[in-house]
Amino acid sequence: MLERIFSEAPDFFTYYNIIFLLEAMLATFLLSAVGCVIGFGSGFFLAVTRKTTSLAYLPARMVAFVFIEIFRRTPFLVTLMMVFFIFQIANVNISLFTVALISVCFIATAFISEIVRGGFDSVHQTQWDAAATLNMTLFQTLRYVIVPQAWKIILPPVFSFFILFIKDTALASQIGVVELTYAGKVLNNKGFSAALVFGSILVLYFALSYPLARFGVWMEEKLAPARNR
Amino acid sequence: MPQLEIVDLKAAYEKLVVLEKINLNVEKGEIVSLIGPSGSGKSTLLRVLIGLLPPVAGRVRLDENDIDYANKATLRMLRDRIAIVFQQYNLFQNMTVLQNVTIAPTKVKGRPVAEVTEEAKELLSKVGLADKFNAYPDELSGGQQQRVAIARALALRPEILLLDEVTSALDPELVNEVLDSIRLLAAEGMTMFIVSHEMGFVREVSSRVAFMSDGLIVEIGSPKVVFDAPTIERTKDFVGKILRH
Amino acid sequence: MNYTLQFGQVTEFLPYLAGGAWLSLQIAFLAFCGGMVIGAFGAMAKTFGGRVVRGITAAYITFFMNTPQLVQIFFIYFALPDAGILLSSYEAVLIGMTLNAGAYLTEIQRAGFQSVHRNEMEAAETLGMSLLQRVRYVIMPHIAKVLFPPLSNQYILMTLGTSMAAIFGVEELTGRAFNINAETFRSIEVFSITAVFYIALTLVASMSLGLAGRYLFRAKMRLI
Repeated sequence: MLERIFSEAPDFFTYYNIIFLLEAMLATFLLSAVGCVIGFGSGFFLAVTRKTTSLAYLPARMVAFVFIEIFRRTPFLVTLMMVFFIFQIANVNISLFTVALISVCFIATAFISEIVRGGFDSVHQTQWDAAATLNMTLFQTLRYVIVPQAWKIILPPVFSFFILFIKDTALASQIGVVELTYAGKVLNNKGFSAALVFGSILVLYFALSYPLARFGVWMEEKLAPARNR
Repeated sequence: MPQLEIVDLKAAYEKLVVLEKINLNVEKGEIVSLIGPSGSGKSTLLRVLIGLLPPVAGRVRLDENDIDYANKATLRMLRDRIAIVFQQYNLFQNMTVLQNVTIAPTKVKGRPVAEVTEEAKELLSKVGLADKFNAYPDELSGGQQQRVAIARALALRPEILLLDEVTSALDPELVNEVLDSIRLLAAEGMTMFIVSHEMGFVREVSSRVAFMSDGLIVEIGSPKVVFDAPTIERTKDFVGKILRH
Repeated sequence: MNYTLQFGQVTEFLPYLAGGAWLSLQIAFLAFCGGMVIGAFGAMAKTFGGRVVRGITAAYITFFMNTPQLVQIFFIYFALPDAGILLSSYEAVLIGMTLNAGAYLTEIQRAGFQSVHRNEMEAAETLGMSLLQRVRYVIMPHIAKVLFPPLSNQYILMTLGTSMAAIFGVEELTGRAFNINAETFRSIEVFSITAVFYIALTLVASMSLGLAGRYLFRAKMRLI
């Protein structure tokens, strides 16, 4: 196995191939990063929706609940297939990258919404009570009281989710999105040995994920000790 | 005509009934103290009045208007006129002392910031915190935090103030600084509900004292009557035990 | 969009899909059990091991947590034959998932061990308990209570993760969905029914694990 890797290496690490891999790596990063940023926005919105109490918002709360439960409990691969075929049947002309991105957004919305909700709930009930008796609306309570205290609880797990999804987007290769894993398959099909190709792909994922994971740990420690403010 | 009428009020946590049937009329400027053993429903009564625990049955009338606790608009109106100070202060941990006091008048009532800030500084000075405007709650002692909480409640210019065991989380030497602030309010004629274990204080400031037990008001009357000549056996028992301390 | 949903044709395949779901459960269960064993050794190695052992364990965890499971299995399935290790797709998936789970479960179990507080140990000691009694009455219940919720969560994530096996041609739930799709072309119907299967599987798992956690270990767990 090793001999073959060494003999193929010079042909493998050409300028063209390296650029190809780096571009694929960028696609992997963007898929997760953009998906999580959008997912954070919509997940936050759903978490707020679920915090409403009036009867008028009951349908909205139920929709949010069902949406979250569906996408938390469906494998990414199945969501991906579903979105892929819906666009195919609807005959909408969008890129495969966009299809994958939309799928990431759905899943990220569901998971991040739960993280945000957990963050809201981590703020002590006394703070909610005080805000309520001062006649603050839900929006004011969140904006002035809860979010300033909860963001430190929310941010680290959201970041962890983003790193987790850098790896999970490997499944997008299945519908032909040119990201890191797909690039590996292409090079493998060109005749390079699986050990060399997938070994390199593993290293590239590691190079992307590990520094971010370390940053996440650092951030969590940085945010943890000071309780408030 | 009473400012606040409570008629057959009943409340429960889940299945556990904590207020059986409360009847009480309060005139403007009166100070009513609630005393009784823990678990008798004193704090719960305040939580129901301010709308943190919806009542199961009964009526609350404020200036002859029925309060519907399920209705956001009337609840809003109610909280505009009644304020509460909590046992655990419940200050916003992410805000300075001054921000804690100004947040509701400026953001909820939309009053001009300069005017509110001026007033907040006055209120805080009145409770002896002129040098703490920019401190955060976790930099203050319990007594100081509780006085901020009182200033915060007053900044909304309430007509009725509910004080829920405001001194029981405090170290003994800090109790008086908070009681002094309340005495000041009493002198100004604010209607107040006080839940307290400070019997000397209750006796001194109250217009009437209500003794509660098992979710009922057992006896109510002037401090003199309730403390010195209670007519009901349970009140006698409780007062006897308390005063022996 | 001119497409009418037709579930009729797909419902014929429900028993076939249910068989796939059963295989998914098996894969998740086996990988979880294997991962728990690796995790137990890993957690012990990280807690009590010497420098070298700790280093190797850390390298294992770091590598598997920072690379995609899919590519790990690609490597196992496509690259190991070069080294003379030939595995069926089912074996490759199972080994890949087990090794991956082992890394995550090591971290979870280690955190559980670490959460046993010195205070509780000392309290138990002052009560005159023997070591065995302390383990039985203080340490085990504590660890069970702390570990059960994150382990349950991991198990549910792994149930969803088994869908990856389809890519290697394993005929579990998603694999069979691919097959039906290829035969009927009712893609939306097939995959939505497949999603319902996964939702049902994980809901049942969440609820039963949640109940078990609440009543057996007095852990704070949500049922949904």
